[in-house]
Amino acid sequence: MDKVMSNKWVIFLYLLPATLMIGVLVYIPIAVSGYFGLFDWDGVGAMNFIGLQNYTELLTDSTFWFSARNSFYLALFSTLALVVYLGVALVLSSKVKGRELFRKIYLIPMLLSSVAIAQLWIRVYDPNNGFLNTFLRNIGFDNPPAWLAERDTVLFAIFVAIVWQFAGFYIIIYTAALKGISEELVEAAEIDGASPLQIATRIKVPLISGVIKTTVVLAIVGSLKYFDLIWVMTGGGPNGASEVLASYMYKEAFNRNNFGYGSAIGFALLILALLTTVVIQKITKSKESQ
Amino acid sequence: MTKKHGFLLFVMAILMATLVACGGNGDEDANGDDTADTNGDDEEVEERVLELSHLWPEGSSPQHHEIVSGIIEEFEADNPGITIETDIYGNEQYRENLSVISAANELPDVGMTWGGGFIEPYAEGEMFTPLDDLVTDDFVPGTVDAFAVDGQTYALPLELNIAPVYYNTEMFEDHGLEAPETLDDLKHIVETLVDNDITPATLGNREPWTGSMWYMYLADRIGGPDVLTEAINREGSFEHDALIEAAAELQELTDMDAFINGFNGLGNDEAKGYFINEQAAMYMMGTWDLPEWTTSEDNPQEFKDKIDYFKFPTVDGGDGDIDSFVGGPGVGLYVSEDSDMQEEAKAFVSHFVQRWGELSVEEAGVIPATAVDTDGMDLPDMYIDVLNDLNEATNLTLYADVQMGQDTEDVHLDMIQALMAGEVTPEEFAENHEEALAQEED
Repeated sequence: MDKVMSNKWVIFLYLLPATLMIGVLVYIPIAVSGYFGLFDWDGVGAMNFIGLQNYTELLTDSTFWFSARNSFYLALFSTLALVVYLGVALVLSSKVKGRELFRKIYLIPMLLSSVAIAQLWIRVYDPNNGFLNTFLRNIGFDNPPAWLAERDTVLFAIFVAIVWQFAGFYIIIYTAALKGISEELVEAAEIDGASPLQIATRIKVPLISGVIKTTVVLAIVGSLKYFDLIWVMTGGGPNGASEVLASYMYKEAFNRNNFGYGSAIGFALLILALLTTVVIQKITKSKESQ
Repeated sequence: MTKKHGFLLFVMAILMATLVACGGNGDEDANGDDTADTNGDDEEVEERVLELSHLWPEGSSPQHHEIVSGIIEEFEADNPGITIETDIYGNEQYRENLSVISAANELPDVGMTWGGGFIEPYAEGEMFTPLDDLVTDDFVPGTVDAFAVDGQTYALPLELNIAPVYYNTEMFEDHGLEAPETLDDLKHIVETLVDNDITPATLGNREPWTGSMWYMYLADRIGGPDVLTEAINREGSFEHDALIEAAAELQELTDMDAFINGFNGLGNDEAKGYFINEQAAMYMMGTWDLPEWTTSEDNPQEFKDKIDYFKFPTVDGGDGDIDSFVGGPGVGLYVSEDSDMQEEAKAFVSHFVQRWGELSVEEAGVIPATAVDTDGMDLPDMYIDVLNDLNEATNLTLYADVQMGQDTEDVHLDMIQALMAGEVTPEEFAENHEEALAQEED
């Protein structure tokens, strides 16, 4: 086997299928959409080359920046939610009763498709018959908000659903990482008289800091390109209040047939996600070297 | 080691096969209708294939599918030598597929398209051929216009829907109410129902084309049938008094709580659910929902018996009349510009439209775009009423969002939500439309 792997051609051949697939399905489309962004094109007729006009238009497009703001809010909200996930994971990894059951409970949302989750939450938020408002009325709020219909509540309402959707995923990652911490360290700390809280914050969390960094990147990048629940639950409405970058991109390209402009938004989204990733890595790296 | 290489080759072979299959053009999807060759002497006739692409798969639209198959068989029997091959996709797939095959210049000879803004790029890109010579008097006025671009007709409509207001007669009777004839009657109904803690009308304005229909009727009843259309086609202005007044009236209705709480967050299906659960007394929707109130087995007979409809009421002092409808055709048939059998394709389209008009109501519950003779037809009463109303219709105004170009359409839909949420004034509503329409013009 070692002999086989030392042959450069074999390595090349083994990597080829994956490289080919990812190239054809990911990198070429990225380049192509950046290229399409240079055209005024309705997706059907002739393509007019207009240089960087789509991209300069983006800079002054208030809807684009409003969507970008909403996407960044989601990123912030998801990152804060990581703290909660981590807390839950810490509890689940200690020796509490019923932790196996809870692990499964948190995992279930992950097994549902986005559309099913959206339908579920649409019913929770239904202004008249919904679970949430029925509950609120029963405990004495006469006029609970119509969550998805109001500008002030719609983003927050969807964010909660998104946080719920991804809880299982991050909790699994964290519990798995926490399992890797050796018992001896925890026992040693216990003998030294550390409280459970101290063990969690001073021993366990620092030891899985690498994993935490990865999840922060995942959460932020995932939030920036997030689309599913928002699209099904509100379509970016009402009156654009819950528009995010991906839904705006979809609307421009497929509803308004502005393929060129839609591609430009898509490409800008990619650049934003890349920049954010680089910035996060820079920040966390400098801390490491201290 | 050779074994490993063998596996590698196998993987690559699969990969290549997948890629090749993706590149193929799915012609094999043809449903293999057996070609009823009744003519014995087709040896002398040149065998030719006419491609038809439609969006009614056997599984999801069995009645539509069957009618189409019947029409195909008839045409093949009448035209020896011609075989019709079908390519069938469901709605969404069909849309995607259409843009892809048109970009690749591989359109079938005959296919289906939507009207208004949808057809524009295909007409302007000369993908579809003009069909003006096939337009007859049989079409209900206004239906063909939806497929016209720059004065030429690029497809022939098959379906027609208008939007009446369905209402729950029991809920009306319980409170001594009758179907309204004027807007004041409607407001009285709203007040009475609200006072009795009943939601007057349900509306799924997360999909704002539903709210748009309410606005369109008000504009029609106040300013007459042409004001909105002229504002959109730039013969007039959107800042016309009637259009502003219509916006104000719609806002007044929302202020009176005429519409269900949280309508801007509800989808159309959820909104319809409130009507079916008898939690709301009125629901304005296209006649494609007629089966729900007549033949559908999903709803109890007891409920269906309670449902009737009324025409949108007139406004005192307004220029519109009660027989003017908001509505529009669904899909239409186009003939490809590049087709090498254009004559045959046109003949087929004519045949299709004619037979569809004769069969679709009775067999699929679809109102065709051609006039229907209801004599001797076995139809639920509500269908007969709608068909008779259509025969008396003075005007049909195509859905505003379909009339508009795609950029203005988005502004319109957002503005409907904003107006009904009280986020813009009627004046701002009109101003925003005017701006978008003016911008699209240049």
